[in-house]
Amino acid sequence: MWGLVAFRFRKNKLAMVGLAVIVILVIASLAAPLFVDYSNVYTQNIADRFIKPGTNGHIFGTDQFGRDLFARIMYGGRISLLAGLISVGLGLILGLVLGGTAGYYGGKVDNIIMRVCDIFMAVPQTLLTMAIVAALGQGTFNMLIALSVAGFPRYARTVRSSILTLRGQEFVEAAKCYGSSSPRIIFRHIIPNGLGPVIVSATLGLGATILSIASLGFLGIGVQAPTPEWGTILSENRGNIRYFPFLGLIPGMFIAAAVMCLNFMGDGLRDALDPRTKS
Amino acid sequence: MLIPVIIGITLFIYVIMSVAPGDPARMILGQDATVEQIQAKRAELGLDRPLLIRYVNYMAGVVQGDFGSSWYNEYNVIAEFGARLPNTLTLGMTAMALAALLGIPLGVFAAVRQYSVYDYTTLVAAMIFSSMPAFWFGLMAQVYLCLKLGWLPATGADSLVHFILPAVTLAAAILASQVRMTRTSMLEVIKQDYVRTARSKGAPEKRVIVKHVLRNGLLPVVTSLGMGFALLLGGTVVIESVFAIPGVGSLLIGAVRLRDVPVVMGIIVVIACFVGVMNLLVDLLYAVIDPRVKQGYGL
Repeated sequence: MWGLVAFRFRKNKLAMVGLAVIVILVIASLAAPLFVDYSNVYTQNIADRFIKPGTNGHIFGTDQFGRDLFARIMYGGRISLLAGLISVGLGLILGLVLGGTAGYYGGKVDNIIMRVCDIFMAVPQTLLTMAIVAALGQGTFNMLIALSVAGFPRYARTVRSSILTLRGQEFVEAAKCYGSSSPRIIFRHIIPNGLGPVIVSATLGLGATILSIASLGFLGIGVQAPTPEWGTILSENRGNIRYFPFLGLIPGMFIAAAVMCLNFMGDGLRDALDPRTKS
Repeated sequence: MLIPVIIGITLFIYVIMSVAPGDPARMILGQDATVEQIQAKRAELGLDRPLLIRYVNYMAGVVQGDFGSSWYNEYNVIAEFGARLPNTLTLGMTAMALAALLGIPLGVFAAVRQYSVYDYTTLVAAMIFSSMPAFWFGLMAQVYLCLKLGWLPATGADSLVHFILPAVTLAAAILASQVRMTRTSMLEVIKQDYVRTARSKGAPEKRVIVKHVLRNGLLPVVTSLGMGFALLLGGTVVIESVFAIPGVGSLLIGAVRLRDVPVVMGIIVVIACFVGVMNLLVDLLYAVIDPRVKQGYGL
């Protein structure tokens, strides 16, 4: 089944471009220490303020403190992408456990868990995240918690509906009939067949989360200022964008590229997993 | 559904607030405050009482429409909210209208020419717009259109002209979901038998699309408009901050920065009610658009 999915995914040009760009971004930010020293991120040099991109060895120029924008973007990418992965990961774990429990046991447990999810989903996600940040206090760690708490109901729903559709299917009943144990049914039949929608929603969720992290950073309630993060970098340079547009253009393009590519990938995966949505 | 939502969300925030480190009284008074001052502030805010009692008191106020007042500036939460609401509503409604007026025709256009260059271009363009951070798009538009070309005012909310750019920015963020929703729903209807019938009896293509496909395909689009409204309310927060519009969003951001919990909580509760009522209206609108829904309820 997965071979066919990979084949269909590979035929989708947009999705492949998305995958390639994401891989490049991840590798570039992971390998940042190999080509830029971390000291460039924080070294201030008032003599070299607002250097235009591409001059004096500053590929993306420098900001108001003379810090190298390229280094800040590369190291910022580590934080933006990693924070996105962590909060989606946490949300996914919560969603898998709660959605799995709800779907597998059904009945009262299902009802309680899903009502809790409904409550969380009734408030717009951005606002819920902000409310949790306000209650917990600002900071990167609290932001991650807030994002995953605000994000998990979506995953729980996907997991649950995925399990519910599988539970009644003939091949699961057949497996039960010839005496497979519960863990075997879960790991051999339910998980491999139900994983698709969950992966799609996690990929699209990762894009949305990176966008949220950037927004929170921009508003000053996410990753805090001297730490480079794509949204925070934009927020720091906000007052100077007017005179030096590159300070705004470059970080924004990185956020947009990452989010867009994840969206293309998510769409491609959805079409590859379920070709019916396309025809 | 609205009542459990409000109880659930407020209780949740109360609990994490009491678990979170940091004493609000100390935060409000600053580092130099004496122990006595802090004690007095705690008593004033009611923080010296147990969590459950505080919560019940708060909810008793909420039921009467009293959301308390800010910890820092001591303004009344609901009054301040009401004063700022018109700005946010103007922004949100204009953006919603823009997204619907642009998104639905574009979605129909893409669906009618499925798999053509137009279809792909529309979809990819919509995707690009929705992937751009709204605050970035807003900032760059501000720099180029307002400051360099001077076409539009950059910040503020003094006249309707001030809302043009913020509304366009906000609409761009939700346009993609609107286009895709319309397209998918149109494509589903286009395959129906009655569409083929309409075509085979010789109805002109325009009439088939407008009379048969559009009217039947509109239902999911209305749902997505309702959901888009919730998304929009999240978006206004960022946009208001970029364009310095004194609305509910900028109130919320200021309160989140200060950890002014009564203000944040009040805003979230009222917005949750808003979203709930909006969803109800969408459900009611269903019956108007689609007579089959009405029939189902025996009305």
